[in-house]
Amino acid sequence: MTGHPGGIPSQSDRALLLVVPATVFMLALFIYPFLYGLLLSFEPTQGGWLENYRKFFTTDNLWPTIWTTLRLAIPATLINVGLALPIAFKMRVKTRYQRLVTTILVVPITLGTVLIAEGMLTYFGPRGWLVQTLQFLHIYEGSIRLTHNYWGVLISLVISGFPFAFLLILSYITGIDPVLARAAATLGADAKAQFRHIYLPLLAPGLAICFCLAFVQSFSVFPSAVLLGAPAGPTRVISIAAYEAAFEQYDYSLASAIAMIMGFVQLIIVAAVLALRGLFYRGPVVGGKG
Amino acid sequence: MKQDFSELRLDRVTRRFATSSGETFIALNEVTLTIRRREFVALLGPSGCGKSTALNCIAGLLPPSGGTISLDQTRIDTVPPERRGFGMVFQNYALFPHMSVARNVGFGLRMRGVSQSEVDKRVADVLRMVQLSGQEQKLPGQLSGGQQQRVAIARAIVIEPPLVLMDEPLSNLDAKLRLETRSEIRRIHRELGRTTIYVTHDQDEALSLSDRIVVMIDGMVHQVGTPQEVYAEPSNIQVARFMGYRNVIELNVEREEGDRVILSGPDFPLTGTRKQALAGGRAQVAIRPEDITIGDGADTANTITARVDNIEYSGRDSLIEVLLPSRVRVYARSATPVKLGDTVRMHVPAARALVYPLQ
Amino acid sequence: MYEERWSERAWRGLLWGVMTLFVVNIGAMIAAVATNSFARRWLGTWLPEGWTTNWYAAAWKEFQLAYVLWVTVEVVLSVVFLALLIGVPAAYTLARRNFVGKRALMLLFLLPLMVPPITYGIPLATVLYKIRLAGTIWGVILANLIPAAPFVILVMTPFIEQIDVNLESAARVFGANTARMFWYVLVPLLAPGILAASLLVLVRTIAMFELTFLTAGPDSQTLVVALYYAVFAAGVRAPQSVDAMAMIYMAVTLVWLLIALRFVNPTQLVSRVKEHPRGAG
Repeated sequence: MTGHPGGIPSQSDRALLLVVPATVFMLALFIYPFLYGLLLSFEPTQGGWLENYRKFFTTDNLWPTIWTTLRLAIPATLINVGLALPIAFKMRVKTRYQRLVTTILVVPITLGTVLIAEGMLTYFGPRGWLVQTLQFLHIYEGSIRLTHNYWGVLISLVISGFPFAFLLILSYITGIDPVLARAAATLGADAKAQFRHIYLPLLAPGLAICFCLAFVQSFSVFPSAVLLGAPAGPTRVISIAAYEAAFEQYDYSLASAIAMIMGFVQLIIVAAVLALRGLFYRGPVVGGKG
Repeated sequence: MKQDFSELRLDRVTRRFATSSGETFIALNEVTLTIRRREFVALLGPSGCGKSTALNCIAGLLPPSGGTISLDQTRIDTVPPERRGFGMVFQNYALFPHMSVARNVGFGLRMRGVSQSEVDKRVADVLRMVQLSGQEQKLPGQLSGGQQQRVAIARAIVIEPPLVLMDEPLSNLDAKLRLETRSEIRRIHRELGRTTIYVTHDQDEALSLSDRIVVMIDGMVHQVGTPQEVYAEPSNIQVARFMGYRNVIELNVEREEGDRVILSGPDFPLTGTRKQALAGGRAQVAIRPEDITIGDGADTANTITARVDNIEYSGRDSLIEVLLPSRVRVYARSATPVKLGDTVRMHVPAARALVYPLQ
Repeated sequence: MYEERWSERAWRGLLWGVMTLFVVNIGAMIAAVATNSFARRWLGTWLPEGWTTNWYAAAWKEFQLAYVLWVTVEVVLSVVFLALLIGVPAAYTLARRNFVGKRALMLLFLLPLMVPPITYGIPLATVLYKIRLAGTIWGVILANLIPAAPFVILVMTPFIEQIDVNLESAARVFGANTARMFWYVLVPLLAPGILAASLLVLVRTIAMFELTFLTAGPDSQTLVVALYYAVFAAGVRAPQSVDAMAMIYMAVTLVWLLIALRFVNPTQLVSRVKEHPRGAG
């Protein structure tokens, strides 16, 4: 866009200025803290520049948190995406049910993890309604521990994560032109073949993104792990370790290091998923007229 | 599905839709139709007349609310689309964007379990027929509209279906491409002889491509006939209006003599040919602009004298619009040179002034 | 439509079963919290031994809910206002103009929505402590603004793209400069989009836990953080009063969710990361 050299910037150039406040804000409060944290992680209170990282990987209540968190996040993501895909596929036709179901599913997302945690403590607790119902129906007589352990956190990750995955996948599916499935039908493809040859390849990029977003969400689990889990042991997730370092030990350097490690692990998994997707599918995403 | 058949029958096929306001919209109203082997049949009508709905019912993409569809003696309206085996060409092509041209075209064959080598051979053959050899590995997004259309046609005919269904395949192409592709469709039909049902709102397409035309308006079949019949002898006033009988004049009926009708109006008397039984003292006369000649004619009984009010030049001839004293406008197509404001004498033969009852 | 094979029917039944199980359990969960909040005593029986509304009054006083609600209102409204202020113009530029670095900028705005709050929250809290904004209400507002502004941009961009460019040209031809065009032409046409974005940001900020948790001080907590602390200290306090507070939080959230759903599609709460192709479907 050519402007007058040394003259008044034209009206259209001035429109570019509109994006400046947002850019400055993002740079100042998102990029800068990130860089600051990164640098800070290399400036531990004592020892060499890698001391924080060395400490993390050698302390017994720190480095296993990666595995503990993965143990929660990956099954939760697989369940969420795995359930969301077939259900969203069934719901792709715009009926009354679709609107009703999507509205109901939005409720857990809005309520947030804290309320879900409290609800689960009451409902899934050792004397809550679920246990009572199961015992009443003689489905299971023994005691069930669904709170203050791994299962409680996993269940809460599914409750808060499934609606998110469902809505996201639904939006991708409805973005695929339904005439393509009709064309496939006239060429002899039944519902299963339509899904396999038409929907799945066109959904592959969206599914990969959904998996990554769902995973990243589950991996950063925090309040549920504290309230519903056993934060001292089996559900000591990496965000708890970071929080303790920052607000209980006041070691901001270590906390930043842990946050960096957390981000790094997420990055690796995301990169792996996207690479895997690239392996299986190549081609455009546009789901309609060429 | 049968590979060949002698007739496809629609028997009182009805299709109802519930609209968003809760009412019922009848898209197809007891449509009864027989289509014979090797025919090229056009379903012609204005938007919303139900022609696409009828096609979708035949394809199996929409179930009929009533009536039956049969292929010879077998009922097919209870069979899902993937088992009917018809080829279909969609209006916006519906090419699978993630598959190459070759995989798009070969999709139907793969669904039928044809061996890969056979698929390759047949795909190559059909691409040669639509003049797209060499484009096998391209993706639909890399092709022009006309090329995409030909891929869609290839995809439908490579499976050698007993019936090919085409839903306004040319409406998204520009004028020149439309004419070229139209000729190709005609050529392919002559070569392969596959029964084709072709939906369009364009009269020219229907007239030039089909063996028989089914004129549909508001969900009902109004006329079935050869292009010549539908063009020259529309069965009622709606078909006439749709087929380009731009002049529709209301006149008083003086008397009938055989199939001739003597009419009179505020500006002129007219002798016309009755097409439908008349009732009451008035009738409508439909006249094609092309059937009106400027100057004197042999039958001076049908002469209209008026002043030229507007001229639209279009090369071969012009559309001449005259204004009658009673404020009625008459349109004529003629190559005779006239000027704005001239007073001209226009003549139409009685056989070409078609008289219909008032509705 | 057509005859369903039994395997298809079984599959459909299974999916509906899973959905029903999910929905029923969530409903029961909410009902359990509600029941407990009105219970006098409830120890492992089907229904409590008695009913009372005292817990609400108790929770109100104990957790200083009046003050907490006020803080929440301040934070949420400020975040909505500021997010719109910097987000809408940015969305306009991104929707209408192409320039060097546009894709990098779009990625910059997308990142806070993809990276979970706790990952960037800890370094953010550290910085805010350094500049002494942490623990104050402004710290909380700024922290919550980080995912809110990009969300506004994401929601508004398709709305702006939908507005015919020719309208702006027409306004210019008839003499309006950028500011007046914005005010007289764009903003009124964007009103539904702005409303949708505001409601969505509002609902999300009410539930936004981690950022407030990491940056708030004892007198700048929002409702959700206060609830967390209440549950955390549940051993000390009576669980019924905690549940009463949970019900209040849920009521606030649900009211705004229902208002929001009148104007937006539920999918927008999640907000696709990828634009779906124009003219499809």
